[in-house]
Amino acid sequence: MLLAPIMFYLFSAIAIASGVMVVSARNPVHSVLFLILAFFNAAGLFVLMGAEFLAMILVIVYVGAVAVLFLFVVMMLDIDFAQLRTGAMRYLPIGALIGFILLAELIFIFGSWVIAPSVSTVAAAPLPTAPGFSNTRAIGDLLYTRYVFAFQLSGMVLLVAMIGAIVLTLRHRVGTRRQVIAEQLGRQRTETVEVVKVPVGAGVAD
Amino acid sequence: MTIGLSHYLTVAAILFTLGIFGIFLNRKNVIIILMSIELMLLAVNINFVAFSVVLHDLVGQIFAMFVLTVAAAEAAIGLAILVVYFRNRGTIRVEDIRMMKG
Amino acid sequence: MVVAVVFLPLLAAIIAGFFGRVIGDRGSQIVTCGALALSAICGIVLFHGIMEQTVPQVQTLATWIAAGGVDIAWSLRLDTLSGVMILVVTIVSTMVHVYSIGYMAHDHSIPRFMAYLSLFTFFMLMLVTANDFVQMFFGWEGVGLASYLLIGFWYDRATADAAAIKAFVVNRIGDFGFALGIFAVFVIFGSLDFDTVFGKAPGTVHTVMNFLGWQVPALTLACLLLFVGAMGKSAQLGLHTWLPDAMEGPTPVSALIHAATMVTAGVYMVARLSPMFEYAPMALGFVGLIGGTTCMFAATIGMAQNDIKRVIAYSTCSQLGYMFFAAGVSAYGAAMFHLFTHAFFKALLFLCAGSVIHAMSDEQDMRRMGGLWRKIPYTYVLMWIGSLSLCGIPPFSGYFSKDLIISAAWASGSAVGRYSYCLGTFTAFLTAFYSWRLIIMTFHGKPRYEAETAHHVHESPWVMLLPLFVLAAGAIFAGYFGDPFFVGEDRVAFWKSAILVLPGHDSVGHAEDIPAIIARLPLIAAFAGIGVAYWAYMLQPGIPGKVAIHFRALYLFLLNKWYFDELYDRLFVRTAFSLGDGLWKTGDGTLIDGIGPDGVAAATRELAREASRLQTGYVYHYAFAMLIGVVALITWYLVPR
Repeated sequence: MLLAPIMFYLFSAIAIASGVMVVSARNPVHSVLFLILAFFNAAGLFVLMGAEFLAMILVIVYVGAVAVLFLFVVMMLDIDFAQLRTGAMRYLPIGALIGFILLAELIFIFGSWVIAPSVSTVAAAPLPTAPGFSNTRAIGDLLYTRYVFAFQLSGMVLLVAMIGAIVLTLRHRVGTRRQVIAEQLGRQRTETVEVVKVPVGAGVAD
Repeated sequence: MTIGLSHYLTVAAILFTLGIFGIFLNRKNVIIILMSIELMLLAVNINFVAFSVVLHDLVGQIFAMFVLTVAAAEAAIGLAILVVYFRNRGTIRVEDIRMMKG
Repeated sequence: MVVAVVFLPLLAAIIAGFFGRVIGDRGSQIVTCGALALSAICGIVLFHGIMEQTVPQVQTLATWIAAGGVDIAWSLRLDTLSGVMILVVTIVSTMVHVYSIGYMAHDHSIPRFMAYLSLFTFFMLMLVTANDFVQMFFGWEGVGLASYLLIGFWYDRATADAAAIKAFVVNRIGDFGFALGIFAVFVIFGSLDFDTVFGKAPGTVHTVMNFLGWQVPALTLACLLLFVGAMGKSAQLGLHTWLPDAMEGPTPVSALIHAATMVTAGVYMVARLSPMFEYAPMALGFVGLIGGTTCMFAATIGMAQNDIKRVIAYSTCSQLGYMFFAAGVSAYGAAMFHLFTHAFFKALLFLCAGSVIHAMSDEQDMRRMGGLWRKIPYTYVLMWIGSLSLCGIPPFSGYFSKDLIISAAWASGSAVGRYSYCLGTFTAFLTAFYSWRLIIMTFHGKPRYEAETAHHVHESPWVMLLPLFVLAAGAIFAGYFGDPFFVGEDRVAFWKSAILVLPGHDSVGHAEDIPAIIARLPLIAAFAGIGVAYWAYMLQPGIPGKVAIHFRALYLFLLNKWYFDELYDRLFVRTAFSLGDGLWKTGDGTLIDGIGPDGVAAATRELAREASRLQTGYVYHYAFAMLIGVVALITWYLVPR
């Protein structure tokens, strides 16, 4: 079945190309869009591997939330087009060297290692023996039973992140009027209404 | 040829390296750094899932989910910091962020 | 008794030196003069005792060094030689002490001066009573120290400071030779005790030792090195440059140290070591050569000097040359005799010069004197006595000693002896010339000073004149009375074993056998000198000026002391200074300081600056560094397996 390799190479190529463009695009908005493309292609790879739940989650969370957040911030901040400085090239040689070394080592490892035969017997969470279970169901089976604490904790993390984001960026603008319900409800008649005897024809003095 | 473990791992390695490149070689603005971090996390996720499939062990995918969660939280906080910084400094150019110079 | 003689001056020095402020000026003067007078009396008594004894007496005081093969004790040796020296030193020192009461009456630091004088006397007495080389060296160094202290007594004068340092440094060079000589003696003889060394000396005539790669006769080498020390101390040619500049010190200092006692230490040393020198004829010949040359050299310079003290200083240098060439022809007795008489008349001359300077309100240039003989008659007469003695006019003491030296030189028959005779006779002419030049310029003719100075010209007080009379008595009579003992028929019985003259070298004994004209020539030369001086300075006063102009180069050569100071300055002083400068600025400053403290500090700063460049402030730089670390770790784990 030739489709799988072709799709793999297609998804991988586009993902890698998008990664390159994320880093090197001039317009930051383009960078974010290329990031979104990379995420989509990664999701495709996940589907190829058989982890479709994760692939969908990737699309929903990463693309739908994180990348959009990036887009918001990029567009909100008044960023002007950055000119490519020649000074940037100063670190290129050494950076390229380090990166190349890292890459070479990683590939070397990945290409040459052998999985110990005993590993399959010590799997932490074996796949469901029944082939009818979908990936989603299998994950759900595991997540809410054995890893429920981690699940709750990750919820806490998200809560904290949310609070943190709000706390960091909240500012009180001077001059905006806001409603403070408690004050409104607690207003006394004596503070608001004043009865004045006004003679006919004379105005009300301030 | 059959796509085996090493192929996926290679892809992940390349993405990871790209992310690293992005952190160090960018001169434009700080958002690129945050995006490069996301790229790196993505590569890690690919690794997890690839191993999980090969070893018939679901825990890899579980963990990938947690990675996802944390990445989202971290992106949010990072951007919040960036916004506040921009409000105070007026710039997010990489060269200008050097208050920690020793 | 001998302990009293030697240590009384030390005691006086300590009291006056440390408690001078407590006992006051008068107190320190009384203490020091009293102690010295007592010491002199003891010295005279001691001398009588020495005449009686047959062998040298040695009184051991305490052990000094007892290490390995070296066993040296503090001890005092009493024989004729040390007895004579004790007499000279104590008597002249006492006279100078008394004179200083008057001369230094207006000085600010009288106790310090008296203390230094007494200290010097102590060291000199230690030197002459030494029973071994090391104690002699101790005394040697001590008198050098006292000389430095006294020359630079008025230490707020830059010229005095420079002169004191020059004296000390030049002496040091001589002392280095002396020290090498002592080492050589120890190597050859294995002991530093005089009696031991003298006993073994005849046996070492043919010993050869290795010196800087050459095989040299050992005894000659030792004697030569020791003589270098004598050259330094006695201001012989080559190491003489310090003596004229030493005139920066007060006049009593010049009289005591640089006329009578310290400078004669060299002659004493050669006489004391006669048992060694007699067996080293080459060294003895060298001594004679240097002595003869010095005596003429110094006299030529003395002719052209204008400072009254410098003329007398060069005269001292010249007379020392006489003493050394006497020793060089084995006429040790004659040398000591001349030392004895010279001490009296030279001290007299110096103190008279001091009188003149005192009268002239500290003027020392003879060109600004003149016509003083009526105003300071006593000084004038005493000056005449001293000069007559100096020039060897009978019956004054100088005649007995000096003429004998010159005759002995001829009688010795050696080349050195004949050479010394010629120079000695010529120098007698020069000596007479410059002595009378001094007298005439100072005392005769029209006054060449201002009227203001004229008001203060007065005769010296009695406290200053009395010592002069004592010294004059010595200058007149010491020769006549001392002649039989020092060099006459009784000389063998007098000297006993103190000096050794080998049978073949007895030039003193043969001194009477020389032809009459040879014997009389020095006297004729002296009268000729007086005559020329009288003619040139009294009768035809314009002559010296014309001579100076016509023979300008020669005149300048003599006036500038044969340019020795300039030569030494260029050769040694500049080299030493530039070496010192180089070592200081480059060696110490650049190299050691640069590598050491400054270098370390600068390196630390540089290192810190370079290190701080790592803190760029960019977070991604830091992250990059971490990444490099990670890659390195991976490589580390990857590669060796």
